[in-house]
Amino acid sequence: MIELSNVTKKYGNKIAISNISFFVKNGEILGLLGPNGAGKSTTMRIITGYLAPTSGIVKVAGFDMAKQPVLAKRHIGYLPENPPIYKDMTVYEYLNFAGELKGLKGKEKARRVSKVIEEVGIGDVKNRLIGRLSRGYKQRTGLAQALVSDPDVLILDEPTVGLDPQQITEIRQLIKSLSGKRTVILSSHILPEVSSLCHRVAIINKGNLIAENTPQNLGKSLMGHHKVVIQAKGSNDKILEILSNLSGIESVEVSKVLNDNLCEYTIESEMDKDVREQLFYAMANNNFPILEMRSYVMSLEDIFLQLVTEEPVISAKPQWEAGKTK
Amino acid sequence: MNAIISIFKKELKSIFYSPIAYVIGAVILGLAGYFFSVNLFVSRIADLTGVFMNLGVVLIFTVPALTMKLLAGEEQAGTMEFLLTSPISVFQLIIGKYLASLVFFLFITAFTLIYPGILFALSAPDSGIIIVSYIGFLLLVASYISVGLLCSSLTTSQVVASISSFGVLLLLWVSSWLSSNTSGILSSFIKTLSMSEHYMDFLRGIIDTSHLVYFVSIILVSLTLSAINISRHTCS
Repeated sequence: MIELSNVTKKYGNKIAISNISFFVKNGEILGLLGPNGAGKSTTMRIITGYLAPTSGIVKVAGFDMAKQPVLAKRHIGYLPENPPIYKDMTVYEYLNFAGELKGLKGKEKARRVSKVIEEVGIGDVKNRLIGRLSRGYKQRTGLAQALVSDPDVLILDEPTVGLDPQQITEIRQLIKSLSGKRTVILSSHILPEVSSLCHRVAIINKGNLIAENTPQNLGKSLMGHHKVVIQAKGSNDKILEILSNLSGIESVEVSKVLNDNLCEYTIESEMDKDVREQLFYAMANNNFPILEMRSYVMSLEDIFLQLVTEEPVISAKPQWEAGKTK
Repeated sequence: MNAIISIFKKELKSIFYSPIAYVIGAVILGLAGYFFSVNLFVSRIADLTGVFMNLGVVLIFTVPALTMKLLAGEEQAGTMEFLLTSPISVFQLIIGKYLASLVFFLFITAFTLIYPGILFALSAPDSGIIIVSYIGFLLLVASYISVGLLCSSLTTSQVVASISSFGVLLLLWVSSWLSSNTSGILSSFIKTLSMSEHYMDFLRGIIDTSHLVYFVSIILVSLTLSAINISRHTCS
């Protein structure tokens, strides 16, 4: 549905995004993650045709954005970072105008406009001037604009910014309900949002696509091994001895001492091996009760931080040192 | 076509919603009334040449105040992103906005019809000259708006758009001053560039194709350059 191949955007000498390629399938939700200024918005602006890439090809619904922009744009609903609203229009006028620009007419337009007003919950403000609305309502009006033509492709740049917690849940629910029928790309700073909504995640840092996979696979590939944390009662030395004698276990360490007789242990095993059962019987047979056991899964926060912080540290240091020696 | 109409309607509405439009209308019509009465009382000649000549200058100040927001305002409000990601062409966007501003100035110009009305009631003015003057005036307004639109496409700041179009229009208006101090090709070139030179003939009741070509070229070139400017960085 959406295809980027080797897309690069330069502003003068500054490279905003470099050689980004990815593909989003029909009905999929892709989350775009990255620190501020990483190139998320630029990427989205290029997909929507607002910016022309310096090089590379963007295809939406099979149409090349550079060659058939109007046909490609007909499939896209786009919510930019700042909702693109006219302050001197009412919500209703604005959505009608947006619908007209997207080619809706007559009854179909009226039907779609009232449907999106209901969907994003702006019925009670529809006759008010947009300039007078609160941030949350402006954001929702912007979202309604993106949805008004019932597009196949939705590009949402931080769709839940400025909303209160209840609205955030509602909008997330709405986005979730849109998937399946529609292809969605959304960017966000809120990592749980991305992991709960998105089928796949693409992480962009300094204009480069540094990872792209499902949130689960990203975690697995970064960790390289399976981690289990247990809290067990009993003599520290003996427990360590039992644990390290188990097969398939790579390392054991005491991660927290709670009191003399109670410690927390972090056990690393091979990636594909689940040692939890074995662990349970070994401890039970030796009369060391396990009070707590949990699998340690890398959260999207960890993945994000690991991926994003790795790079600048490596590339920034030599430059700084080189400057110093000169 | 539908997109042009949508843009046109939206723009016209927003012009009439904004106080700037009423201030511009009041200034133009107030000054027009003043020029007309002074002209009538002092010269006691039933013609509108003086009124149209002075209005040509007044519009140099007032047209940019309206056209400045056409494109720069959209950039500033962040709505350009919405327009340019909609399935419309930049050409449709430019034409819709241009026509809306043109209709607004036609609307204001319609109020000035009261002056020829008064002249006809009081005496027998030359109706041919008045009609041709109106044609010239409308061409002048249409060119001013296109230049204003072009300047608005060059910047994201409305103030910059307004001042630069004011400068360009004034320069086009007064460039004929230089032609009397130059000679040969340069003199005639400067004369050809000058808006006031071309406009003056209309006020004398002359419709010359070269003047028509001049104004139509200014409009087409300005609109084309505006469209090129806007589409420079985008896919459209």
